[in-house]
Amino acid sequence: MCLGIPGELIGPAEEHEDLAVVEVSGVRRRINIGLLEGQDLKPGDWVLVHVGFALSKISEAEAQAVLEYLEGLGQPYEDEIDALRASDIS
Amino acid sequence: MSGGEQQVLDRIERARRRKPVVREELITLAHGSGGKATQTLVEAVFLEAFRNPLLATLDDGATLPLGSARAAFTTDSYVVSPLFFPGGDIGDLAVNGTVNDLAMCGARPRYLSAGFILEEGFPVADLRRVVASMAAAATAAGVEIVTGDTKVVQRGRADGCYITTTGVGVIERPGTLSASAARPGDAVLVSGPIGAHGAAIMLARGDFGIEAPITSDTAPLHDVVAGLLDALPGQVRTLRDATRGGVATVLNEVAVASGVSVVLEEAAIPVRTEVTGVCELLGLDPLYVACEGRFVAVVDGAHAQSALDALRAHPLGAEAAIIGAVAAEPEALVLLRTAIGGTRVVEILVGDPLPRIC
Amino acid sequence: MRFVDEYRDAGRARALAAGIAARCRPGRRYAFMEVCGGHTHTIYKHGLEDHLPEEVSLVHGPGCPVCVIPMGRVDDAIHIASQPDVIMTSFGDLLRVPGGTGSFLDAKAAGADIRMVYSPLDALKIAKQNPDRRVVFMAIGFETTAPSTAMTVLRAAAEGVRNFSVFCNHVMIIPAIKAILDSPDLRLDGFIGPGHVSAVIGCEPYAFIARDYGKPLVVAGFEPLDILASVHMLLGQLAEDRCEVENQYARVVPWHGNPVAMEAIGRVMRLRPHFEWRGLGFIAHSALAMAEEYAAFDAERVFDLPGVRVADPRSCQCGEVLKGVLKPWECKVFGTACTPETPIGTCMVSSEGACAAYYNFGRFTRDRRPAVIPLGEVSRA
Repeated sequence: MCLGIPGELIGPAEEHEDLAVVEVSGVRRRINIGLLEGQDLKPGDWVLVHVGFALSKISEAEAQAVLEYLEGLGQPYEDEIDALRASDIS
Repeated sequence: MSGGEQQVLDRIERARRRKPVVREELITLAHGSGGKATQTLVEAVFLEAFRNPLLATLDDGATLPLGSARAAFTTDSYVVSPLFFPGGDIGDLAVNGTVNDLAMCGARPRYLSAGFILEEGFPVADLRRVVASMAAAATAAGVEIVTGDTKVVQRGRADGCYITTTGVGVIERPGTLSASAARPGDAVLVSGPIGAHGAAIMLARGDFGIEAPITSDTAPLHDVVAGLLDALPGQVRTLRDATRGGVATVLNEVAVASGVSVVLEEAAIPVRTEVTGVCELLGLDPLYVACEGRFVAVVDGAHAQSALDALRAHPLGAEAAIIGAVAAEPEALVLLRTAIGGTRVVEILVGDPLPRIC
Repeated sequence: MRFVDEYRDAGRARALAAGIAARCRPGRRYAFMEVCGGHTHTIYKHGLEDHLPEEVSLVHGPGCPVCVIPMGRVDDAIHIASQPDVIMTSFGDLLRVPGGTGSFLDAKAAGADIRMVYSPLDALKIAKQNPDRRVVFMAIGFETTAPSTAMTVLRAAAEGVRNFSVFCNHVMIIPAIKAILDSPDLRLDGFIGPGHVSAVIGCEPYAFIARDYGKPLVVAGFEPLDILASVHMLLGQLAEDRCEVENQYARVVPWHGNPVAMEAIGRVMRLRPHFEWRGLGFIAHSALAMAEEYAAFDAERVFDLPGVRVADPRSCQCGEVLKGVLKPWECKVFGTACTPETPIGTCMVSSEGACAAYYNFGRFTRDRRPAVIPLGEVSRA
C-alpha cells in the first residue's frame, strides 16, 4: 500500500507556512510539509510525497549506498555466470 | 499442474465464455469508462437488442456496402468536462473524434452531422467558441458539417453542452481493416506519445492541484492514416484510435477479436515525461490513459519499418514507434515485457482509471 | 525520474537475480511475505517474479487497506454518504470496493454525493467551499496515511471548520503481522517489510518478529530493484543464520521513523480495542479511532451508524491464502461463489489480490509461461 513518489522541493508556497511546491518529472504540486517540521529543508532537497504530504526527506547518501551495494553485487556474479557458461561448454 | 488446479482453470474458462451479463441495477460511471463494464453493457444490452452482422464486429465504425462503393459510418457523443482545456475544447474533440473513427475504418471522412444538447443558461459566447472550433477542425479535416439538431434542456439536466457527431466517409482502398485481422508475426505501432489527452483533462479539472505543461493531443488522423495505407497496400490489418481505456484496452480488444497474443515492449512505448509524472503522482498507468490523436496500427511484420517510416513522414506521426508484436500464444492476452526484464499481463481496464494512494 | 529510474535498471536486475539464485540452497524452498500491497503492485507491474528462481516464492500479504476493510464499514460509509446534506470524499482506491449492499460507485449512481480526492486536505477544502454541507473524509490506510488524516484534522480544528469529519478506518500493520505469525500453520521464511509505513513507525517495532518468532525482516522500498535487493538480503540472513531487522530503504526510512507523524497520530487518534479485518477476522488493538478531544470531527459520533456487521462467508478461506497455507484455487469458493465480479474475500477484491490475480491470469502463471516469448524480429527492427 501507500503510494509514495519522490519529488524535488522547489520552494515554499505563498498561502501557508506548511505548504511547499514539489516537482515530479516536470509536474508541480503543492504539498504539505508539516510532517517534516524541525528538519532542515531547502530547495533542491528531495522528499517522499504521499497523499499530498511530505512524509520523509530523502537521504542522498543512503540512496548512493544502495546503488553501490547493487553495483558491487553485479560484477562478481556476472563473472561467476561467465565462468559457469564457460564450464558448461567444456 | 495437478488435476484439481486444471479443473478450476477449466471452470474459469467456461465462465469467461458465458454471455456477458450486466449485474448492476443502475448505470454507474464505470459503464462509460470504455473498459470491461462498457464492453459488457454494449454486448449485453445494445448488441443483444440490435444484433446484425455490421454491428457485431464492434469496430470503431460500420463499413456499409453501397452498390459498388463502400462507406464508413460512425457516431460518437462528447461530454467532456471542462469544455475548454489546454490543447483544445469539446468542439475540436467532436469533429476530430468522429473523423478519427472513420479514418480507423480506412475511410476518407466526408460529411458530419452535429447534434447539440444545451443546458438552459449556457453562455452563447461559449457556444460560439465551441462552434468556431468545430468549423476550424472540420476545415482542417476536409469534412463538411451538413446536418444537425439542437435541443435545450432545463438547468441542471445537463452539464453546459453535449455534442453528438455522426460521420460518413468513403472507403477507396480494397480490403477491410478490423480488430479481428491481426495475425502472429504482425507488428504493433503507435503513432505518437500516449496519454496526453487524459492527463490534460485530469489537470484541467483542477481536482488534484497539479500543474504541468500538458496539452491534449486531439488531432485529425485521416491524413497520417492515408499515408500509412498508401505506403503499405494490403499490409495494414487493424487501426484503432486509443481513446477511452487507452492503448491497453484497444490492444486487448484486438487480442480477443483476433485470438492472438499482443506482446508489448515497455521501453519502446512513447510517453512524455510530464505525462509520466502525472501518472506516477496519481498512481495511474499511462497505458490506460485516453488519447484523442493517437492510434495503434497492426501491420504485417515484414513491413514494420516501412510502416514506421510512413507514420514518421507525417507531423502527427513524427514520434511514432514500433511497440510490440503479435504472437499466436497465449491467446487473447496482452503481455508487456517490462523495462526491468519481466513479463506481465496487461488487463483490460476495469472501471475508470482511478487515482490511487495504495 | 530521480530515485526511480535508477532502481528500474534491467542490467542491475539481472545481476541481482543471479545473486539471489546463488544464495538459494539447492532443493530448499523459500517463501517470503511482502506485507504491503504497494510491494505486490510493484511485483505485478514489473513482472518481477520472472527474476526470481523457482526456489523463491512471494506470498502476498494483508497490506492493502481497501482489501481488508470489512464490508460492514463500507455499508456504514454508504449510509453516511446517503444523507442528503453530506458530501462523502474518498481516495479513488475505495470507490469500487463492495460492501454488503454495493460500492461507493453504486451509491453514487443512486444519488449520493461522493467525490474522489487525492489528499485529505482536498476534502477539507471541499468542506470550506461548502459550508452548508457536511463533508466527511473516508479515511483508510495504514500508518503511512494516518498522519496525513491527523494533520488535516488538526488544521480543521485550528481553522474552526465545523462541517468536516473523518470516518476513521486507519489500521495498523504490526498487529496484522502478529496475527499471521501466530497462525499455527505458518509457512513463511521471512518478511519484506512495508517501506512507507516504516517511514512513519521506524524499524524498531519489527524487532519482536526476529527476536520472538525467529523470522528475518527487511524493510524495502517500492522500486523493482528495492524488492529484489531485499529478497537478496533475506536470503543472506538465512544463509548466514542471522535473524534481524534490516533496512534496505534507508534513503527514505530513518531507523526511528518520523516522530512528528507519530505525535500527530497520538494527538488525534486512539487505539481501538479491536477491529475486524476482511479475511483475517477481529484483531485486537489493530486500528485507530478518533480521540475524545476530536469527537466533533469523528463521523462515528456525528452520525448514527447502523454498524451492522457483515460476516465474511464461512466458506471463504482468505485467511489461509493470505498466510500462504492454501493456493487460491484450493479455496472452496474460488471461481464459483467468489469471482472478481462478485468477490467474497479480500484476496479477490483488489485486482492484485492473490485470488483475483490467479483468476485472471492463472492460465498464464510463471511456470506455464513459454520460456522465450516469441517477440518476433520486428520489434528490434
